[in-house]
Amino acid sequence: MSDLHGKSGTGAPVLIADALGVDFGPFRAVDGVSFEVRPGESLGLVGESGSGKSTILRAIAGLAPISSGAVRFEGKPLGKRREKAFYRHVQMVFQDPYGSLHPRQTVDQILSEPLAIHRIADGERRIRQALDEVGLGSGFRFRYPHQLSGGQRQRVAIARALITEPELLLLDEPTSALDASVQAEILNLLEEIRQHRRLSSILVSHDLAVITHLCERLIVMQSGREVETLTSRQLVAGEVTKPYTRELMAASEGFRRKEPVPA
Amino acid sequence: MMPEAYNPPAPGWREWLLTERPASRRQARLGRAYASWTRFASNRLALVGLAILVLLLLVAVFAGLIAPDSPVVGGDLRTARLLPPSAAHVFGTDDQGRDIFSRIVFGSRLTLMIVFLVAIIAAPVGLLMGTVAGYAGGWVDATLMRITDIFLSFPKLVLALAFVAALGPGIENAVLAIAITSWPPYARIARAETLAIRNSDFIAAVQLMGASPVRIVLRHVVPLCLSSLIIRVTLDMAGIILTAAGLGFLGLGAQPPSPEWGAMIADGRRFVLDQWWVAAAPGAAIFIVSLAFNLLGDGLRDALDTRG
Repeated sequence: MSDLHGKSGTGAPVLIADALGVDFGPFRAVDGVSFEVRPGESLGLVGESGSGKSTILRAIAGLAPISSGAVRFEGKPLGKRREKAFYRHVQMVFQDPYGSLHPRQTVDQILSEPLAIHRIADGERRIRQALDEVGLGSGFRFRYPHQLSGGQRQRVAIARALITEPELLLLDEPTSALDASVQAEILNLLEEIRQHRRLSSILVSHDLAVITHLCERLIVMQSGREVETLTSRQLVAGEVTKPYTRELMAASEGFRRKEPVPA
Repeated sequence: MMPEAYNPPAPGWREWLLTERPASRRQARLGRAYASWTRFASNRLALVGLAILVLLLLVAVFAGLIAPDSPVVGGDLRTARLLPPSAAHVFGTDDQGRDIFSRIVFGSRLTLMIVFLVAIIAAPVGLLMGTVAGYAGGWVDATLMRITDIFLSFPKLVLALAFVAALGPGIENAVLAIAITSWPPYARIARAETLAIRNSDFIAAVQLMGASPVRIVLRHVVPLCLSSLIIRVTLDMAGIILTAAGLGFLGLGAQPPSPEWGAMIADGRRFVLDQWWVAAAPGAAIFIVSLAFNLLGDGLRDALDTRG
C-alpha cells in the first residue's frame, strides 16, 4: 500500500480508519473500511449513491455512530463523545449550501459562532481573513444567506470550516449542488486553500473528474465496502483492476454509442 | 390608515435599509426589520389592529387624564343610578352610579396587564419546554410532552377555574391560572418547529463546531421558533382576554369594585333587558380589543413567517 500514499503524504497519518463499520439498526452502511490520511494529503471517496461514502465522513465527524473498528485522529481513538478541541481540528463542508447556513444569521454571525465557541480572541481579523481567502470580501459580511447565490453560500460554508484553522477538512460532495461553472470555481478555491494551508482533506464525491482534480488517492466504494484503492494517476491512465471501477469510469464519461451511427 | 403616510418616500434611508450590501451589523438588522415592516404594512387590516392596540396602550397610560370620573367611587344612588348614555355619561352609568366610560378606560389597564403577564409567563415556558423536548428527544421529550398532554387534556377554562378555586379569586391568580393553562400549545408548536430543523445541516454544522446543546437550543433553534410562536401568542391574546373576562364574569377573576371588563358584564347581566348599555359597553370593548389582536396576528404571520 505504501506506493499509494502519494508525494505529499509524509509524516505520521492525521487520521487512521481501521476496519470502520457503521450500522443503522440492522442495516450495515459501512462495512470494515480501512484507510489513512497523511498530512497535506487529500483522499477521495467515490461511489454511487448509498455506497456509504458520506456515512464515513459523518462517522468521523461524530454525526453517525461508529459501530465497529476504530478511527484515530492524530493517534487518539475517537469515542462517542468528542472533545471540544477535536472540532477545532476537524471541520466539515456540507453538500447543500442552501441547507447548511442558518437562515436567520448574517455571514458575520455564522463566522463568529465557531470563534465564540472556541474562545478565539482575534475574531475581527480572522473573519476578514477568512472572507478574503474564499474570495468574498467584506461586502458580503453582513448579508443574510438568502442574499447570496449558491456558490457564494458554499464559499461562506468553506470560510466557516476554515476559520478555526483545522488540520483535517471533510468535504461532503461540496460541489454537487452547484451548476457546472460554479463547481469549477469552488474546486479551484479548494485546491488553492489546500496548497496554501497544507490541509489534509477527505473528499466525498460521485464525480470521478472532481476526485481526480483534487485528490492524490481515492477509494472506490460499493454498498459499504471498499472496492479498490487507486492513485488519481492510475485512474486517469485507466490502470484499474476491478470491473466496478471500470463501470464507474464509463458512467462518468457520459452517454456513448457502442456502435457507430448507421449511415 | 395609509401605509405610505408612515413611510414617506425618502430614497436616502430607504435604500440604505434595503441595500443588498449592508456595511454593519446594525444596518443588516434594521434592514431586515424594515423589510418585515413593509410586508406587515401591506396588510391594511393588520395596521387597523395595530392602531387599535396602540390606542389601547395610550388609553391605559393616560387613563387618569381621559376618564372624567372615578372608576370605583359611585355617584348619588338616587339620581345617578343606571342612567342611559348622555353627554354627561357617554356610556351611561351602572347600578352604583359609576360612569361606565371611566370604568372602561381604567379597565384597559387590567386588560393589558393580564395580556402582558400571561404572554411573558406562558410563551417562554412553552418555548423552552418545546425546544428542549424537540432537541433532546428520547426520554426528555417523552416526559415533557406527556406533562404537556396532561395540561392539554383539560378544557382550558375548567382548568383555570380549578386553579383559581384552589389559589383564591383575584386578578393575579386569574393571570397565573390562565398562564398555566395556555403554555401547552406553545410547547407543541415549538417542538414541531424544533423537530423540523434539528436534523438540518446548519444545526449539524454548529454541532461540528463543538457547540453545547444549551447553546444550540438558545442561539440556533429558539430564534427559528420565535416567529411562529409570536404569531400564535398574538392570535391567542383574544382567547386570553376572553378567558380573563370569563373568570371575571364568574366572579373568580378581578374582584369588585375593580373595573375589569368581564366582571362589568357580569354586573350588567341583571339589567341587560332594560339597561342594555351596562353590559354592552364592556362587551364591545372586549370585542374590539380581541378583534384587534386577531388582525395583528394575521399581519404578523405575513410579516414574520417567511422562510429563507
